[in-house]
Amino acid sequence: MIETAPETLLSIKELRTCFPTRAGLVTAVDGVSLDVRAGECLGVVGESGSGKSVTFSSVIGLVRRPGYIAGGSVTFRGRELTALSPAELRAVRGREIAMTMQDALTALNPALTIEEQIVEVLLAHAVDLPRAGRKAEARRRAVDMLRLVGIASPETRIGDYPHQFSGGMRQRIMIAIALACRPMLLIADEPTTALDVTIQAQVLELIADLRRQLGMSVVLITHDLGVVAEYADRLAVMYAGQVVETGPTRAVLDSPRHPYTRGLLGSIPRLSDLDAPIRPIEGQAPELVSAGEGCRFASRCPMAVGACYARIDLVDVGPGRAARCIRALETAA
Amino acid sequence: MSAIPASPALRAAGPASPGRLGLQTFLANRMSLASAVIVLLILAAAVAAPLVAPHDPNETDLLRRLQPPAWLEGGEWSYLFGCDALGRDILSRIVFGARVSIFIGVAVVALATAIGIALGLAAGYLRGWTDIAISRVVDVLLGFPYLIFAIALMAMMGPGLQNIVLALVYKEWVIPCRVVRGETLAMRQTEFVEAARAVGATRGRIMFGEILPNILSPVIVVATIRMAHVIILEASLSFLGLGVQPPTASWGSMVADGRAFILDAWWVSTFPGLAILVLVLAINVASQGLRDAFDPKIND
Amino acid sequence: MTPAATAPSAAPLLDVRGLGMRFSVKGGPFDRLLGRPRREVAAVDGVDLSVAAGETLGLIGESGCGKSTLARAILRLHEPTVGKVTFDGTDVTALGRDELTALRRRMQIVFQDPYASLNPRKSVEQIIALPLRVHGLAKGRAARDRVVETMEAVGLRSAWLSRYPHQFSGGQRQRIGIARALVLNPDFVVCDEPVSALDVSVQAQIIDLLAKLKRELGLTYLFISHDLAVIGHVSDRLAVMYLGSVVETGPTRAVLARPRHPYTQALLSAVPRVEGGGAARIRLAGDLPSPLDPPSGCRFHTRCPLAMPRCKTERPVLRPLGDGTSAACHLTETA
Ligand SMILES: Nc1ncnc2c1ncn2[C@@H]1O[C@H](COP(=O)(O)OP(=O)(O)OP(=O)(O)O)[C@@H](O)[C@H]1O
Ligand SMILES: Nc1ncnc2c1ncn2[C@@H]1O[C@H](COP(=O)(O)OP(=O)(O)OP(=O)(O)O)[C@@H](O)[C@H]1O
Ligand SMILES: [Mg+2]
Ligand SMILES: [Mg+2]
Repeated sequence: MIETAPETLLSIKELRTCFPTRAGLVTAVDGVSLDVRAGECLGVVGESGSGKSVTFSSVIGLVRRPGYIAGGSVTFRGRELTALSPAELRAVRGREIAMTMQDALTALNPALTIEEQIVEVLLAHAVDLPRAGRKAEARRRAVDMLRLVGIASPETRIGDYPHQFSGGMRQRIMIAIALACRPMLLIADEPTTALDVTIQAQVLELIADLRRQLGMSVVLITHDLGVVAEYADRLAVMYAGQVVETGPTRAVLDSPRHPYTRGLLGSIPRLSDLDAPIRPIEGQAPELVSAGEGCRFASRCPMAVGACYARIDLVDVGPGRAARCIRALETAA
Repeated sequence: MSAIPASPALRAAGPASPGRLGLQTFLANRMSLASAVIVLLILAAAVAAPLVAPHDPNETDLLRRLQPPAWLEGGEWSYLFGCDALGRDILSRIVFGARVSIFIGVAVVALATAIGIALGLAAGYLRGWTDIAISRVVDVLLGFPYLIFAIALMAMMGPGLQNIVLALVYKEWVIPCRVVRGETLAMRQTEFVEAARAVGATRGRIMFGEILPNILSPVIVVATIRMAHVIILEASLSFLGLGVQPPTASWGSMVADGRAFILDAWWVSTFPGLAILVLVLAINVASQGLRDAFDPKIND
Repeated sequence: MTPAATAPSAAPLLDVRGLGMRFSVKGGPFDRLLGRPRREVAAVDGVDLSVAAGETLGLIGESGCGKSTLARAILRLHEPTVGKVTFDGTDVTALGRDELTALRRRMQIVFQDPYASLNPRKSVEQIIALPLRVHGLAKGRAARDRVVETMEAVGLRSAWLSRYPHQFSGGQRQRIGIARALVLNPDFVVCDEPVSALDVSVQAQIIDLLAKLKRELGLTYLFISHDLAVIGHVSDRLAVMYLGSVVETGPTRAVLARPRHPYTQALLSAVPRVEGGGAARIRLAGDLPSPLDPPSGCRFHTRCPLAMPRCKTERPVLRPLGDGTSAACHLTETA
């Protein structure tokens, strides 16, 4: 499935998602534009609370009320997802796009066994199950998936309830459910936060294998820049509801153009040098209710100037790269 | 911020507490909203019965014996639904009868829910012997047919408003108890309950402060559904003469009174029967709406 | 952030001896039909640990190896099946309910899952004030002031007091959990992956905060994490778990510089690095063993690249290797 000119599978344009709250309207996602090409892995990193999860919940039509999509478009294989009815969206969600939620425990129903939950999804969405013995085949496939994500003795444990598994095991079960129907696009929201590095590698390799075999595209939302460096082809960095930098992963990590990206890279504790101090970015992300036109990072930015408080758009800063910073080109050197 | 909210109602919504979200869903459902309005109207009429009822419900007038409803020949507009065998105004008796039905419905369900919550929480959270003991009692009570159980109790205790409430509560608490126990079992495993234990919260605080607020929605939904059942049960008891004693008006006894004349004077039984039907149906539809609005499993 | 600065004092604040925790799980329908007995998961199996006052013990290990269960058993959120836990001279495993409640003021936990560990029906203020109310420490204004102070310390805005958990992102929720644990000024805090849901800049802030509290208040931590770099920065000593038991312990730097157990070596080699490249990854062959029926002998032998025949039959015990480290591996004897 290697194509010469990869087509765009998912295209998000100027997406805005808002939540009314007592303090005012929170624009959690404010004009986000992103493309995911067929077969590629897009890494999404950014400040906690910057709208990564909300962006992709909006894509699949699962914004939690009272939130709503206030503008923009989401096209998936040429279809406008924001215009679909709830029933049509449900069909897209199971079969073509799968999303593993960040809250693994809450996304699993505590009253049903793991078997019931995976088999239900398979029966609802897997088209290629044989007519005779559907249930048995679905169960067999569910056991296989659990084994693939590294759950030991899956035949026995498939009958257990979610609370009987450890945090990391629940996370892997979520991934198994998402991958069970072989979606074209997998949105993995922090799929490996609760996993140790060896199993994390195993799960990410599994996802990478499916990418190669099925040409599946992946959106990998994570905080782990190491994971992004290893698995993502392209990278998007989000801050306070906006994309502040995009580009090929290596290029962004090697020469970040946005000061926030640089700050992120500086805050990583490195195993290779335990004495190196961790340098957190000073201050806090702005309140989304009152975020104005200007650069949202300006108040924490070491290189902010007066012009930063005027409207700032993404500017080209190299082949396939863009950054939302007026001084991006100065730092290119 | 030039966002155009999807609906103005959403914008005014204020803080998005989970309950508030459910309320919005409920208000968006026209059928349930209409039903809730009907229930409230009946409730208001019952409370203000002396003002609403055109006549004294117990005033007999033998000249008006079995007088037909207003729109039939021989009817009078001031006696809209006609009169019964003693010449009492049926509409007025229905209005006063609503007091009995609603009082018993509310009292029984409120008492039963309070008992059910306490015992269900104890069984589901404490487990062990408490759970075994409570669950056994529940199983045994569930084994009796409800109406026969209530008839037997009424026969023992004698009629009267208070006794009806007691007779029904004896078995009714089992239903909220089972619901609460099931929900509590699921909740006691959650990490936030564990977190409360980790800070040293007592068992009482965990049951009533942490778990109860999370299981209230299904309990309220069940309570409204049961309210309709209890109203029918009370009507059945009164119909059998075991309920509220004459001359107090009760829908069940009114239907019973009209039995003898069902062919010549159908209105005597039919209108109180319709009253039961309308109230029960309205409560059921409204509670269906509540369930849709508050049951997170149905919310997509 | 120089962990070595705090020299462990003589008597450990927390001492765990032979702790074991079993869960029974019901088998599949076939097991029940065939009348097989209920099966048991030995989630924690004979763990010895001690943490000195003012020290941070880092705990790492495979997902599902029993770290959270160990933490819960130490705090008696689960009743341990066997073993003894001593906290500051008191035998925690023998305490009655009231004494345990009193002790909980001094021992706190930050939970792993920031979604499940906050009551969805409670506002942030109610959640963080709960420990204060339970122990009758503050009411009304005083309670609110303390809550606000704690929220600000963990980087939450005081304007968010009346918000509900679902209105926060994962990282913000984790900070609510941290605030709840810190509001009582405890002596000992179990941090069960407190930063895995946070972005690296907030993570750095929280690590800084925890280090500051440790310096200023002399806090002692049991710090569970999958992130070896984080563990490397925060912990003084390190314990590595595999399938319910500790396989290697020692001063953090010594272990990270020269891991002795093959599992620790594999872990270190699997860390993804931002710089790319890194050491060649040691791939662990074979399926994960199940705690339902753990392998004979050394539990790691089914996946160990260096396994010898002896490993199948004989279970290695933790043995000291000089320089303060110990490892449970037959290879360390010959070396
Ligand atoms: N129901 C809601 N009401 C109000 N604000 C909300 C609601 N849900 C989310 N938000 C806000 O939207 C913003 C984005 O949240 P989101 O969950 O997308 O963050 P995130 O980037 O995924 O963060 P994390 O990495 O911590 O998971 C946050 O600031 C959050 O407070
Ligand atoms: N209530 C329970 N009933 C049955 N088994 C359980 C229960 N809780 C935990 N277990 C089992 O105990 C083992 C250890 O779980 P634990 O949560 O301690 O792992 P962990 O090391 O914290 O993993 P992670 O890093 O994924 O959080 C797992 O195999 C899990 O399935
Ligand atoms: Mg998120
Ligand atoms: Mg855990």
